[in-house]
Amino acid sequence: MGVFLEQLVNGLTIGSFYALVALGYSMVYGVMKLINFAHGDLFALGSYVGYAVLVYGSCIITRTFGVWAGMAIAMACAFLLVGAAGLAMERIAYRPVTAAGRLPLVVSALGVSIFLENAIMAIWGPRYQAYPATVVPSVSWNIMGLRVTAMQSFILLFSLFLMAMLYYIVQKTRFGAAIRATALDREMATMLGVDVDVVIRFIFFLGPALGGIAGIMNGMYYRQISFAMGWNYGLKAFTATILGGIGNIPAAMVGGLLLGILEMLGAAYISSAWKDVFTFLVLILVLIVRPTGLVGERIAEKV
Amino acid sequence: MPPILVAEDVRVSYGAVEALKGVSLSLEEGDIVAVLGANGAGKTTLLKAISRILPLTSGVIKFRGEDMRKYPPFRLPSLGLAHVPEGRRIFSTLTVEENLQLGNYGVRDKMTPQDAEREMRRVYELFPILEERKRQLAGTLSGGEQQMLAIGRALVSRPQVMLLDEPSLGLAPLLVQEIFKVIEQIHRERGVSILLVEQNARKSLNVASYGYILETGKVHAEGKAKELASDPHLRAAYLGGAAIKR
Ligand SMILES: Nc1ncnc2c1ncn2[C@@H]1O[C@H](COP(=O)(O)OP(=O)(O)O)[C@@H](O)[C@H]1O
Ligand SMILES: [Mg+2]
Repeated sequence: MGVFLEQLVNGLTIGSFYALVALGYSMVYGVMKLINFAHGDLFALGSYVGYAVLVYGSCIITRTFGVWAGMAIAMACAFLLVGAAGLAMERIAYRPVTAAGRLPLVVSALGVSIFLENAIMAIWGPRYQAYPATVVPSVSWNIMGLRVTAMQSFILLFSLFLMAMLYYIVQKTRFGAAIRATALDREMATMLGVDVDVVIRFIFFLGPALGGIAGIMNGMYYRQISFAMGWNYGLKAFTATILGGIGNIPAAMVGGLLLGILEMLGAAYISSAWKDVFTFLVLILVLIVRPTGLVGERIAEKV
Repeated sequence: MPPILVAEDVRVSYGAVEALKGVSLSLEEGDIVAVLGANGAGKTTLLKAISRILPLTSGVIKFRGEDMRKYPPFRLPSLGLAHVPEGRRIFSTLTVEENLQLGNYGVRDKMTPQDAEREMRRVYELFPILEERKRQLAGTLSGGEQQMLAIGRALVSRPQVMLLDEPSLGLAPLLVQEIFKVIEQIHRERGVSILLVEQNARKSLNVASYGYILETGKVHAEGKAKELASDPHLRAAYLGGAAIKR
């Protein structure tokens, strides 16, 4: 029972990363019908932006404002910078080729992915980098024999908060209705007065920005980051997206959390060396048995 | 007064295929003008060109005397133009109410919330069934109800000109009657100018004051609705009467 609960908490923590990244895939797919292959690398970029702020600024920021405020500042930077990178990516790599069709767009996305991965390597080097232990809270609690760290609680709560915010924006606001309308029928949305370019820019800012937040939280959690991590996390989050059902916000959340839990339980009860095999087994099984995903079609709101 | 909507020698192509080969028409303020013609004549293309969804290869479209190309397409609702497209194109996974609320998205800066609320109420009064179903997903509505929703969605923006593309398409005869009654009512009560594209020539010429007949991308004939309706050649070709009855 102890192992089970512990792995559940670990799974929810990792699942939060997957879910936040999956949301970005899902939002961009909903509006653009494009799998943004560069999304995993935006996650990695978030890790590195956070690293840069915390390492180079730690002597000032963390010392002056304390651990939590230092984290908040680093996360705000990751959010804004990775969001800006998403906007630039849309402007430079996607908009010029949208008229050319689906395939050029996918190739362009792969190109952005390779570019980002190599840019990160060129700036920060090919070796693993470590977040210093002093920049993250070291508090942990013992709840009836179960050890939960402050970082884990924070990641889980903050991720849920972000997801709830996003859900609120998309489902309950007027602009959110315009986003959903754009995803369903771009031309009709235009005829009703929706500036589709604004919707696209919003999606390409917020999706990557959420991924960037996931990236920095991942860095603070494991404290070790690598330029190539984007590929791995990108694939996992993509699996989570398919597992839940693509183009659907609640589905991306469910898919992400579920995949995290599956992975951690698999690692504990079967073999941790086979962890990634479970992930891709899940991907293949879902694609064969239920290509619409667990939540897909029934709610089928393509955002 | 000059016409509220004018098309002058409009040409539109899909790749190498020219779908409109120099079409001119005008809509006077407060009128209903019918655009008739067989399938593939270019009626939908004409309305999409007016809405700036399709680019013109040449010619000009003027709304209240202004060349529309100054404005990006999403600004048209705020100028007073509403398009009810062929096939209704409601947002099927949004609720009925969300669909209606999107109808005034383009005029949200020009309307107070009270005005917007009042326009919603007026649409619910015109189509009570929509109010009963406002929490339902729009995709669950019947064809007739979806058409009402599409018309209501256009009305909440309080348009001066409505483009209606085959509103009676695919509806049962009783509902066709109903839709034409609604068109007359909107025209009478709100003074909206309407460009009505239809295959149902007889009923359209009945509610319209003027009509154009398109054939393979050109205006084949035009005239007062009554005259078109009684023209023996046109009756044979478009009203189906004389040719079948002999
Ligand atoms: N998206 C398109 N691509 C290529 N050709 C089209 C397209 N839409 C319409 N057309 C062609 O343009 C002509 C006019 O079509 P349309 O405006 O839809 O006619 P109508 O509405 O009168 O039935 C037809 O010959 C049709 O085949
Ligand atoms: Mg048509």
